[in-house]
Amino acid sequence: MPLLILRRLGNTVPTIVAVVLVIFTLFSVIPGSFTSAGDDGRVLDAQVAERMRKELGLDDPLHVRFGSYVANLVQGDLGTSFRTREPVTKVIAQRLWPSLKLTIAAMGFAILVGVPLGFIAALRPGSLIDMASMVVAISGLSLPKFWLGLMLMYLFALTLGWLPSFGYGDGGLRHLILPAVALGVSPMALLARTTRAGVLDVLNADFVRTARSKGMSEYRVVRWHVVRNALVLVLTTIGLQFGSLMGQAVVVEKLFSWPGLGSLLVDSVFQRDIPTVQGSILVIVLFFLAINTLVDIAYVIIDPRIRYG
Amino acid sequence: MKLRANLLIGGALVTVAVVVGVLAPWIAHTDPVLDANLMNAEIPPGSEFLFGTDGQGRDIYSRIVYGAQISLTVGIISQIANSIIGVTLGLTAGYWGGWWDDFVGLVTNLMLAIPSLIFALAIMAILGPGLTSLLIALGLTNWSYSCRITRAQVLSLKSQGYVQAARILGYGDFRIMFTQLLPNMIGPIIVIATLGMGAAILAEASLSFLGLGIRPPFPSWGSMLSEARDQITTAPWLSVFPGLAIFLTVLGLNLLGDGLRDILDPQSRERRA
Amino acid sequence: MSAPPLLEVENLRIDLLGDDRRHAAVEGVSFRIGRGETFGLVGESGCGKSITALSIMGLLRHPLAIGGGAIRLEGQEIQSLPPGQIRRLRGSRIAMIFQEPMTALNPLSPVGRQIAEMFVLHQGAGWSEAGDRAVEALRQVRVPSPERRVKDYPHQLSGGMRQRVMIAIALACGPDLLVADEPTTALDVTVQAEIVDLMRELCAANGTAILMISHDLGLVANICRRVAVMYAGRVVEEQAADAIFRQPQHPYTQGLVASLPLLGGRAAHGRRRLAEIAGTVPAISAYPAGCRFNPRCDRATDVCRVEDPAATPLGDGGLVRCHHHG
Repeated sequence: MPLLILRRLGNTVPTIVAVVLVIFTLFSVIPGSFTSAGDDGRVLDAQVAERMRKELGLDDPLHVRFGSYVANLVQGDLGTSFRTREPVTKVIAQRLWPSLKLTIAAMGFAILVGVPLGFIAALRPGSLIDMASMVVAISGLSLPKFWLGLMLMYLFALTLGWLPSFGYGDGGLRHLILPAVALGVSPMALLARTTRAGVLDVLNADFVRTARSKGMSEYRVVRWHVVRNALVLVLTTIGLQFGSLMGQAVVVEKLFSWPGLGSLLVDSVFQRDIPTVQGSILVIVLFFLAINTLVDIAYVIIDPRIRYG
Repeated sequence: MKLRANLLIGGALVTVAVVVGVLAPWIAHTDPVLDANLMNAEIPPGSEFLFGTDGQGRDIYSRIVYGAQISLTVGIISQIANSIIGVTLGLTAGYWGGWWDDFVGLVTNLMLAIPSLIFALAIMAILGPGLTSLLIALGLTNWSYSCRITRAQVLSLKSQGYVQAARILGYGDFRIMFTQLLPNMIGPIIVIATLGMGAAILAEASLSFLGLGIRPPFPSWGSMLSEARDQITTAPWLSVFPGLAIFLTVLGLNLLGDGLRDILDPQSRERRA
Repeated sequence: MSAPPLLEVENLRIDLLGDDRRHAAVEGVSFRIGRGETFGLVGESGCGKSITALSIMGLLRHPLAIGGGAIRLEGQEIQSLPPGQIRRLRGSRIAMIFQEPMTALNPLSPVGRQIAEMFVLHQGAGWSEAGDRAVEALRQVRVPSPERRVKDYPHQLSGGMRQRVMIAIALACGPDLLVADEPTTALDVTVQAEIVDLMRELCAANGTAILMISHDLGLVANICRRVAVMYAGRVVEEQAADAIFRQPQHPYTQGLVASLPLLGGRAAHGRRRLAEIAGTVPAISAYPAGCRFNPRCDRATDVCRVEDPAATPLGDGGLVRCHHHG
């Protein structure tokens, strides 16, 4: 089993290398509008442009620049922020926890609502509750997150005054609720749909008929034989959604002025802070890959066919 | 019965959006950009202005009508680009196999690893805001699904008799790919493109909301929301209507995609994600 | 007054519920199985034998449903019992084995646990006691080193071993009736005989009756005392097993018997070509008028195309449903 896990980890290496290459290429090889001028009219003065060129080493040959970029990366050095003059790793570290907190809360909401919803819908196919939950699901997938956030903010913060309208506050739960729900609705919808499809698949499986032939109550059939098999199917969706949620969080973080990686990324884009932009994207992607690898490993533990296969 | 409801509601919503977008110059009351009139600022929805006016006195209804053009243009063109890239890569990778397949697989994994919104955001940051940049950013970053599915379909079709026969008849590779294989997988590709259109419209709105897509004063639904955010306490209707427009259009595309999938791609249950 | 038979199926009808109408997938099916008796139900796939079995188990799922008739277990009608009560019969008094032992077992659960469930469900055993008894059950179906095998997952076992596990599950609570739906079809030929022998031996030892369902008349005639032949949703002939071989009455049965490869006897006359029955089983929604076998029957006359033949009793309590039997 450790060997299998090691192999899964090894599989991500080429992807990581490719990601680093893309991030480097995007911002270091074709930085045109980035160092010269923004088209919003904010022309950078010559001094700033010169400083950026130097720090980026734009005058060195390409492979040298890539080499030193990778060498620094390997040592955990993401460069120095143009804006704050601090190491990018430090800037990112400050934003990581709020981002993680938001992502975990949103995913928690998505799982706690979406999985039971899909389960109930699948157990009563064609019923009113099935229809209702699928309407909720397809609507949730079609809602722009930031608009949902805006509406939640208007209703629960500005009109009813139950919750704070934006910001991180003291880091407590009250500030977390609205952004987490706004971010969690679309993975919730997706989970409801995949769970429903997964459970319906399992309910039609032969071994469920066997379970019924044993004289089990429907409750036990579901508890003993459906849940685990369906969860294996749902796990992929959970992993993919969880992994990409930090990226999706950008708009929600911006809307709620949440001090996470997403707002850091957007702010850095506007401030032309290339090392911070590169670093934030890299961390968001690494988070995605890490979660996916964890899901792969979870599979190995849950599914004996892979464990011994 | 549910199948028909999907298609019916989805088709109706999409048709409305398309008709509104096409007829915008005729059904809009005012010019969406130029007709600012501070005398009319922040009038709530009513008989004179159906959806109210914004802080500069522009008619929200007219701006939403024109916004449909931007959303649909972005959705359609970016999905055509994505489909062409994804299908071409998927066809060739599945058909030729070998190192090319490995390479396409690596690139596809890479595209899947970078959240598409982040990827598009990075490209927008480099190219700067604007419709052209948006089309490039969204047209280049969301082809991995159509690529994967095309490849999978090619692998299952490749060994079938008629493909073998075409090969024996001496058809060229591209001729086999585009005349023998492609017509047999057009269903799933259309489904993915339809769903992708909804995703692209959402992405455009998100980027414009962040100030990286269509910039004010042009009436993208996303940029309208970006402006509306600051006035949400005084003029909440500014936030309601553009958001509803995005929601209903994307909902229509998603329902239509689901309905089409039931018809065109019946054995796709496991891909339903 | 004689005691009622163990299982009595009387005039059973199973409906296939369509969007706007219902079709009778099975109609007028009657048979009885005594205590400890082995009874065979034979027919091509699609003839309704498997759904007859499922209806006895109370396991028909939409769009199939019992549309009429009665199923009695020792005189008690079970088809109309509330779900909770028929559930208590399943597994404890009537058990079932399915065709495909790979998919019939839960892939994510060790086989020991899947056997142990039976003791927990029906005999109120705790999990650890049930686990010990699962080892015993595996030993009974002659799985080697059962102490280790209970921890295995289905994919780690061979097809024959999996079917042994299914038998262990089915016989765990000593049922009165074992319904076996094509229990050997998915297995290698070499393993088939072992499984059949095992089933027969264990059932004989426990006094368990068998309802054997198969497309293979040879197999069924071999282990069953009585055999019913089904065609297009009806029983077309029922006789004692040896009689069905010696004197098949229905043209369809005659076709089945003629298509059997025989060792010894007739085989000695050289390599006789196996006879085939031309045509295929009609779809449920397209049963022909009159006798349902008439389009494939070389003896069919005008009456066969118009009038559904009634059941003609045969000497030993059997029956045949044909205008021109014999």
